[in-house]
Amino acid sequence: MPEAGVAGVAPGGVWGAVRRHIDPPIASAFGCIVVLLLLGSLYSSSFLSPEYLLQQLKVASFLGVIATGMMIVILLGQIDLSVPWVVAVGGMMATAATGWGAWGGVLAIPVGIACGVGLGLASGCCVAFLRIPSMIVTLAVNAVAQGLMVVHTGGFSPQDASSPAMRFIATGDSLFGIPNALLVWAVVGGAAVFLLGRTTFGRCVYAIGNRERAAYLSGARARLVVMTAFAISGGLSAFGGVLLAGYASKAAQAMGDPYLLPAIAAVVLGGTSILGGRGSYLGTVAGVILITLLQSILSVMQIEEFGRHMIYGGVIIVMLLLYGRERSMR
Amino acid sequence: MTDDWRYRLREHKATLLAFAAFVVMFTIYAANHPAGLNANVATTAANKGVLLAIVAMAQTLVVLTAGIDLSVGMVLVLANCLASAIVVGSPLMTALGVLGVLATGALCGAINGLIVIYGRLQPIVTTIATGAMFYGAALALRRVPGGDVNSGLADALTGQLPGGVPASLALLLGLVLIIWLPFRRSAIGRAAYAVGSSEVAAYMSGVPIRRAKFLAYLLSGLLASVAGLFVTFITYSGEASAANGSTYTLYSIAAVVLGGVSLFGGSGSAVGAIFGALMFRTIGDLLFVFNLEPLWQPLFQGLVLFAAICLGSARLLRVRNRLDLYA
Repeated sequence: MPEAGVAGVAPGGVWGAVRRHIDPPIASAFGCIVVLLLLGSLYSSSFLSPEYLLQQLKVASFLGVIATGMMIVILLGQIDLSVPWVVAVGGMMATAATGWGAWGGVLAIPVGIACGVGLGLASGCCVAFLRIPSMIVTLAVNAVAQGLMVVHTGGFSPQDASSPAMRFIATGDSLFGIPNALLVWAVVGGAAVFLLGRTTFGRCVYAIGNRERAAYLSGARARLVVMTAFAISGGLSAFGGVLLAGYASKAAQAMGDPYLLPAIAAVVLGGTSILGGRGSYLGTVAGVILITLLQSILSVMQIEEFGRHMIYGGVIIVMLLLYGRERSMR
Repeated sequence: MTDDWRYRLREHKATLLAFAAFVVMFTIYAANHPAGLNANVATTAANKGVLLAIVAMAQTLVVLTAGIDLSVGMVLVLANCLASAIVVGSPLMTALGVLGVLATGALCGAINGLIVIYGRLQPIVTTIATGAMFYGAALALRRVPGGDVNSGLADALTGQLPGGVPASLALLLGLVLIIWLPFRRSAIGRAAYAVGSSEVAAYMSGVPIRRAKFLAYLLSGLLASVAGLFVTFITYSGEASAANGSTYTLYSIAAVVLGGVSLFGGSGSAVGAIFGALMFRTIGDLLFVFNLEPLWQPLFQGLVLFAAICLGSARLLRVRNRLDLYA
């Protein structure tokens, strides 16, 4: 560190200081959001209206909650591919619990989340203690969760409706017309920022993501941290499912399928290294908003489904090529 | 040369185990099948098994280089949709159509390979994103399920050879002889194994890393398109179904793991993965034979998969230094 930095005056003036505090991936992600909004506003002026933006943020909250869990797991250098059916388990068990009589409405949300935590713990145990690659473990947990739900529902989308509380947090508005779902995401995000930045657990997550061996030798309780991270991810996926079930007022068989790729893409586009150890929550927020806006604009422009898939995949590749590349070997 | 067999046995242990497990399961299946093991039962079982086995071969090639191809299922769906449109008409047209489908599959694999090698993106993210693009292309070709295929060719490949041997098994054998064995025995195939064991060491030793990886992805796409062709031959139609694509991707990884191929790369063989695939299919059919409720089938398959991968961690019992766990 040069002397000037110690004296409180950054070298290169104020701009130098600002530039050093801004992560290039996060800046590019936010830049892309602005570009998308401008492109959208050329198409229709309603893209910049507060109603549209709030609506987008509300839709983004569901992905945001799911991506939060995914981010913690990716920071460890692992991945959670069990999102689709853990989301469905969360939604289905919450709606099923609603029908349990007087206490059902109260229990719905905790039951949904608890089921997700349970599945996450199962993946976490296998990754942490049995040392099986997380990719295959979470795929297997996904298959088991699917099997459980097929048995539970008989292969059809369940008829149970979601509880009033679920509908309230997913669709209601509170003061100033801010959607409750957005507030939920803010709380989850705030908790994640605190957890990752201010607690031993968060430090361990980054340390393990950088080099698990070194973290273990430094006395980090590596296995416990990995297991907890997967439990958090499972719980948040299921919570996302609870919110989605509240939004649609019922759960459906394939409700989680459209969330796996966007969750991973949001985390990676936000500058978190897929190899673990690097990334900030602000980037994930940017990634989530970016993905949601992209999907929204593609559907508003009435591009056919096949075109949406192709553009969507293409944009992710191009953006990653811009700033998500790994270092060359030489 | 005297101790050679011991080394060879160890090298092929995973493949032999997969083979043995498959034989045991298939024997139980055949012995309990209500109609007994006749040529028709064998052909139906073989067609389903070979389909998954080809996808598993495709996955193996990439997994050997320590990568993963989550787009195999989508390449299969794309090839299926394309085949239902162009593999029709006169023998010449059909042949050109087949070539077109195979070329498309190879192109998909090449795209994956180029992005992973020159774009330096992680295979898992790359193939998820390209998978979305391939699915989009499939959807553009077939917005609603339909299409047709040259029924002569389809019946020949999904039927029986003289003597009652399922033709699909001959196809699988042909793929192993034409694609896998030359790959395994060539310098570039060894390079793929070296890359999977340790990319840095391979690079330092002057192994052609890029060519090896590229060939692995290219052949993976090609094999996935062969599987897509085979789906068309079985169903006589094309369908752009995302669920089918994801299922085949998942099952291919399951087959690879059951077949003893290490997901960390550098060890295993496509032959093992083939038996892994056949075993996985037989597990599903066993439920049918024992009259289990069809609703329980997904759960049972999931649990078997889960148990199988947990068995793989038996190696932990041999770890002497706990630090080795965190390698």
